[in-house]
Amino acid sequence: MASQLDAVIVGGGHNGLVCAAYLARAGRKVMVLERRPVLGGAAVSEEVFPGFTFSVFSYVVSLLRPEIIRDLELSRFGLQLIPLECAFTPLPDGNSLCRWSDWEQSRREIERFSKRDAEIYPAYSQAMMQMGRFVKPILSMTPPDPASRNPAELWELLQLGRRFAALGEEERFLKLKMFTMSAVDFLDRWFESDVLKATMSVSGIIGTFQGVRSPGTAYVLLHHYMGEIDGAFRSWGFSRGGTGQVSLAIAGSARHHGAGIRTEAPIEKILVKDGLARGVVLEGGEEILSKLVISSVDPHLTFLKMVGPEHLEDEFIEAIRRYKLRGSSGKVNLALDRVPEFKCRPGVGPHLRGDVAISPSIDYLERAYDEAKYGRYSRRPYLNVVIPSLCDPSVAPPGKHVMSIFVQYAPYHLREGAAAWPSQREAFGDAVIDTLAEYCPTLRDSILHRQVLTPWDIEQITGLGEGNIFQGELSLEQIFFLRPAPRWARYRTPVRNLWMCGSAVHPGGGIMGAPGANAAREILRSGTL
Amino acid sequence: MPVPTPFHSRTSALCTSYRWKDWAGFYAVCSYDTNHDREYFAFRHAAGLLDVSPLFKYRVVGSDAAEFLAFVMARDIRRVKPFQVSYCCFCDGKGKVIDDGTVARLGETDYRVTSASPSLRWLQEHARGFGVQIRDESESVAALALQGPTSREILKQVSQDADLDHLRFFRIAQARIDGIPVEISRTGYTGDLGYEIWLRAQDASPVWDRLMTAGSSYGAVPAGLDALDVTRVEAGFILQGVDYHSATRCPTESRKSSPFEIGLEWTVDLEREPFMGQEALRLEKREGSRWSLVGLEISWEELERLYETHGLPPHLPAAAWRTAVPLYDGQRQIGRATSGSWSPLLKKNLALASVETRYAEPGKRFQIEHTAEYERRTLTATVVPRPFFNPERKRA
Repeated sequence: MASQLDAVIVGGGHNGLVCAAYLARAGRKVMVLERRPVLGGAAVSEEVFPGFTFSVFSYVVSLLRPEIIRDLELSRFGLQLIPLECAFTPLPDGNSLCRWSDWEQSRREIERFSKRDAEIYPAYSQAMMQMGRFVKPILSMTPPDPASRNPAELWELLQLGRRFAALGEEERFLKLKMFTMSAVDFLDRWFESDVLKATMSVSGIIGTFQGVRSPGTAYVLLHHYMGEIDGAFRSWGFSRGGTGQVSLAIAGSARHHGAGIRTEAPIEKILVKDGLARGVVLEGGEEILSKLVISSVDPHLTFLKMVGPEHLEDEFIEAIRRYKLRGSSGKVNLALDRVPEFKCRPGVGPHLRGDVAISPSIDYLERAYDEAKYGRYSRRPYLNVVIPSLCDPSVAPPGKHVMSIFVQYAPYHLREGAAAWPSQREAFGDAVIDTLAEYCPTLRDSILHRQVLTPWDIEQITGLGEGNIFQGELSLEQIFFLRPAPRWARYRTPVRNLWMCGSAVHPGGGIMGAPGANAAREILRSGTL
Repeated sequence: MPVPTPFHSRTSALCTSYRWKDWAGFYAVCSYDTNHDREYFAFRHAAGLLDVSPLFKYRVVGSDAAEFLAFVMARDIRRVKPFQVSYCCFCDGKGKVIDDGTVARLGETDYRVTSASPSLRWLQEHARGFGVQIRDESESVAALALQGPTSREILKQVSQDADLDHLRFFRIAQARIDGIPVEISRTGYTGDLGYEIWLRAQDASPVWDRLMTAGSSYGAVPAGLDALDVTRVEAGFILQGVDYHSATRCPTESRKSSPFEIGLEWTVDLEREPFMGQEALRLEKREGSRWSLVGLEISWEELERLYETHGLPPHLPAAAWRTAVPLYDGQRQIGRATSGSWSPLLKKNLALASVETRYAEPGKRFQIEHTAEYERRTLTATVVPRPFFNPERKRA
């Protein structure tokens, strides 16, 4: 069968769709194949219970590249982002901390815990913003390979080095430290209040199987802080209609530019012949041929299952096997009869229009990690709670609400094995509700429905290996030119005409779109299409 | 000193920021909160409730009402059907715009005209010989704008006697809210799905309360003028006194604008019986206009690079701006941007501008002044079609 297709994209998550949209916009004929009936991968909205629409997995948008929003005209195709207004941390003793976009308001809140911290807080934010400014261009960069002899890559490396050298000495040291320190150690340099440090340190562990005192987590702190820099320009937010709307807007743009998108089209194999990718075979046997195959799914799935070890060298297979997916979080989605009120701050105030963190102390977070280290889910986990229906009434019936609870830690590999998750699912859900109910006593009475998603469920439903929505940890040994494997971080793979464009390549996870856009740019630049 | 609007007891209780401004002599809320973010996003994601009572409102009644309005307005008002609303402008005898606003036909021979500035004298002076009475109802009629995607659902909860599902864009209907007679028009200044509610001033408080109570389940919040200003830039709407100046208030001829020069060509029905400014407009139509109003998108990449040279992340004011900024082609000034805003929705830096007509084509590029770190520089601005944001739900 002769094919007219330039590229087949494996997986209809947001990165696969971004890649497709950019290629289609450049006039290439592309087809996206998604296994599920819905598009979006982890960025998907589903009406799980009648009238209640959930951002089932990924629940906030932070880093979605503004240039992607502009290039693909996403607002024209239905994308509307709503910023989170604050970060609220209820405490068990009846106190609470809420950080707002209004500096003075935040200062008064932090002063209850430490006047010194309140005073330095703006300087900290400014320092982080400057760091973010340094890191930001790296997000839209194809990682240069430090072992390469290719002059173009060496040039890129040189540019990066120059950028680094241009920083002040202080800043250079700060950056080096940031890459190696733990989130807590890093915050210790600025703050004294345990409450403030604890709630700020959680950005360092989201999506990683690390504790807030584990080395390297300071960098992840920055990765998440990137979403907050520049205030109004890019901030953490909801997507109207749920995060699936991000995917649907990208899909709308891709279709507008002529891309084909098929759902319920599970891929069995990537066709490889003579070391060249030539298309894919769907479950059921249908063959779709194309010049390129671009995989947006994780490396385990791509190489170990779809390509098959027989087409790859042992060394590469070993690197991919060692690539850590390590799903470490779960999700509980609740349909609520009314807005739950917090004991420490009663009423339905603006403090509920942001995210609510159950992260009362550093020790609490470390204890939660301790359990995970030994293959148990945290009995008292770190929770990140949002109630998007307060800002976006389209996701729940009038007066009713949806609550999304991100839960860490929920290790994919339970002591009893991942397959034990179904038997522990409801107990895990109970632990989450129990934890939150300590702060929010009326919660149980307001629950109409609940959906508990363990990492095992996330893997079953979305295909994301070990249920890691970031397609692999953002730990130091697997970011930038090491993601997903040394020498293969430039969106290319050892199989000719097979490319990668998902969160498992630079710059990694989150509803960012950068891997998909970077891959498309690199493919077009390579001249293979 | 400004005076309160009929909603003041309600708006003042909610305006915890104490941020007010003078709108046509009335106290008007800039933003209820310390910044307008929540109100802006409510307009786009849920609904915002805005007091627009300071608009000037005139009732034009009588057998010649249509003929009279067709004579005063640049648009042929005789074609406006009962319960239709028309957006239009009116000009002086030289075809220069005095004001823009709406004309709503409330009955066979009954119209309401709204304007940004006082216009009673102008209307009365030109009513000689027409069988019409003109009544100023600016203070006796209060008005609210309920704008945003959930606005229809909220109004359906509270109103009786109006079929809001079938109330089309730029139509008006008589209705009741808890028994109180109101008119609901599907109009507004946000470029989104939205309505304006017209009512007797003495009924202001109960109507506000009813809308706020019903709106709470639909994400409605009270909204001020700062949020409105961002949405109106996104919608590409001009503002009298900012993007153009009323011909009756201009100290110089050169500051006056024709409808063609401010993007209102589509509201001019030129070939018909005589109307105010017709001859001058005919001439201008033939000979071309000196200025054109355009939408601009200002390069974000250049803005980032500019701030990067100072070692700073990009910075823009959080609120919409309305101080004229020069535009250049090389060394030569070719126009001015009159207002603009960062669009949080589109992630674009937008402006409305008056440029020499030969620069008005979409895709044309020139420079806009931008001050970064106390230094005046320029950024590339590209002419793009207006409205910048135009959701289907606005008309659907």
